[in-house]
Amino acid sequence: MNSLTLLQVAWVALRVNLLRSILTMLGIIIGVAAVIIMLALGAGARYDVDQQIKSLGGNVFVVFARGRFMGGAREASGSSQGLTEMDAQAIEQQIPEVNVATPTLRASGQLIYGNLNWAPEIHGVDNKIYTAQSWELAEGRSFSDTELASAGRVAVIGQTVKRELFGAADALGQTVRVNKMPVTVIGVLKGKGQNTQGNDQDDLIFMPLDTVRKRIAGMTLSSPKAVRSIIVQVTDERDMSIVEQQLDSLLRQRLRISDNQSGFSIRNLAEMVETRSQTMQIFNGLLAAVASVSLLVGGIGIMNIMLVSVTERTREIGLRMAVGAEPRIILKQFLVEAVLLCAMGGLIGLTLAVAVSLGLEHFAGFTAIIQPQVVVMSLGFSCLIGVFFGYYPATKAARMQPIEALRFE
Amino acid sequence: MSHTVVETKALEKHYQMGGQHLRALKDISIRIAEGDFVAVMGPSGSGKSTFMNMIGCLDAPSRGQILLQGEALTQLSAAALAKVRNKYIGFVFQQFNLLPRTSALDNVLLPLLYNNTPRDEARARAQACLQLVGLGDRLDHQPSQLSGGQQQRVAIARALVNDPALILADEPTGALDTETGLEVMQLLQQLHQQGKTIVLVTHESDIAAFANRQLLFKDGNLISDRSSIPHSAAAELAILRQQRIKEVAV
Repeated sequence: MNSLTLLQVAWVALRVNLLRSILTMLGIIIGVAAVIIMLALGAGARYDVDQQIKSLGGNVFVVFARGRFMGGAREASGSSQGLTEMDAQAIEQQIPEVNVATPTLRASGQLIYGNLNWAPEIHGVDNKIYTAQSWELAEGRSFSDTELASAGRVAVIGQTVKRELFGAADALGQTVRVNKMPVTVIGVLKGKGQNTQGNDQDDLIFMPLDTVRKRIAGMTLSSPKAVRSIIVQVTDERDMSIVEQQLDSLLRQRLRISDNQSGFSIRNLAEMVETRSQTMQIFNGLLAAVASVSLLVGGIGIMNIMLVSVTERTREIGLRMAVGAEPRIILKQFLVEAVLLCAMGGLIGLTLAVAVSLGLEHFAGFTAIIQPQVVVMSLGFSCLIGVFFGYYPATKAARMQPIEALRFE
Repeated sequence: MSHTVVETKALEKHYQMGGQHLRALKDISIRIAEGDFVAVMGPSGSGKSTFMNMIGCLDAPSRGQILLQGEALTQLSAAALAKVRNKYIGFVFQQFNLLPRTSALDNVLLPLLYNNTPRDEARARAQACLQLVGLGDRLDHQPSQLSGGQQQRVAIARALVNDPALILADEPTGALDTETGLEVMQLLQQLHQQGKTIVLVTHESDIAAFANRQLLFKDGNLISDRSSIPHSAAAELAILRQQRIKEVAV
């Protein structure tokens, strides 16, 4: 009996019990679909992280001051100092591997335009921020030297802020009020979209460092040049660890902090994202493992139904043997039936997974990527389940004695 | 002397049933020649079914020897026995044993699937056999769409399709009424006239009378082996049908 005939015989046997075959397949369908969807979501999350790392730049450090601007008890006066604009200059000048080092401040405040208001993050920056964080201007211009030097009342706004306050109207040249201070919009940033944590990266405005420090945060008294953080971009990503060491010693020296004290922290944003994504990967892996358990349960369902089928078709088996089917062929026949069930279940499951993934992408904003190797693997695995769980029922059929099988009631 | 199809030499079959030793067949030596139409008779438990299973290669003897077409069947594996059955023997069962929800043609094709007959040739042969049994116009009917007599004809066509040396019919009329039973016997007699070797197992002497030779089993022994002039199933069928007409007229 050739393989095509075997396949045909198996197909006929499954079609005769159509409903039962479909119900049996359901376990495999759900299992395969769940595994593929989980892996697709995992791969999608991975892709998002990679994109975000790309946009952040794997070559960026952010240095945060501690003590001065953090909540809680301050350290004793003189024991440490906060970061200042001079530290940023020093980093850029004294560490040759650094491309740019730009100081930033952050404040919060309410923006008011006409009868609308909005509360974005307010960043005090200089023009190096565009290089350091890969920002681009969609329209308008960046700060002039005069505006930077004289705490000018100007702002460059993010896409979200523009949409919320101005809608489709032109924002350039308009005056908004930031905490009651009138500020002119001189530029609009290009959108970056959400990051992997779902935070809107475009919900911010840039103002000159001095403007934020003096007019919004009101920090003139503590230190005239104090900043919250310094963004450091390294020219070559391979120099990251060298630069980190140099940053550490330079800042300890400048801030007069001994080795066992901490007054600042150096963070690699890409690394942070990576760490978070690893947690997510583990979580996804766990879900996929749970999904594969359902695949296993589906396999047991196949075995169960094949056992029922073998018993129910005892007389048929007896007859097939009487007219010349060798035990080996009976074994093959039932094995092919089980594998066919699993393979079809796998295919339907795959189709379902593709549909659900597309749905999740379109309606829930997930990124789902179905990798070809996952498709091949899951189909191969479901066939393997067919062989594994079909083997016992098939041997049971093949070991029947023809006379007893023929007489079976 | 004509060619021997089946020969048994001191055939014995023993069963172990609930600690009791049962000799189902005792020292059976018999020869069935080509063209024989043999009825195997006896009450239930006489060993006639066991005998049929032996010569049908469905079961292995405990002792003794079976020669089928001159080939010794003892010590063959299950696979080898399956091949022998496929090649030499056509089975007809009391309960027809057709595959449900499968067309008559596909049912008849079944034995050909197991010896890799090319598809077109297999179809042609199955079709010819169905025509021979008078079902040439019902190739696509499923067993549930056929009467008992027609189902048994499909089973006979299936038994014929490999052109076997021996047709084994186990109570072929047991599940049929008298008239359809006679029709089936008429068909078997036709096949016999065409030169087929047939072994018929039955417990009805009326049915056994259509064969040329009667073997009588009792308690595992062969107690009688005689030849006779067979009754004609066609003639009895004609009489039966005439009576029917009269009954309707009255």
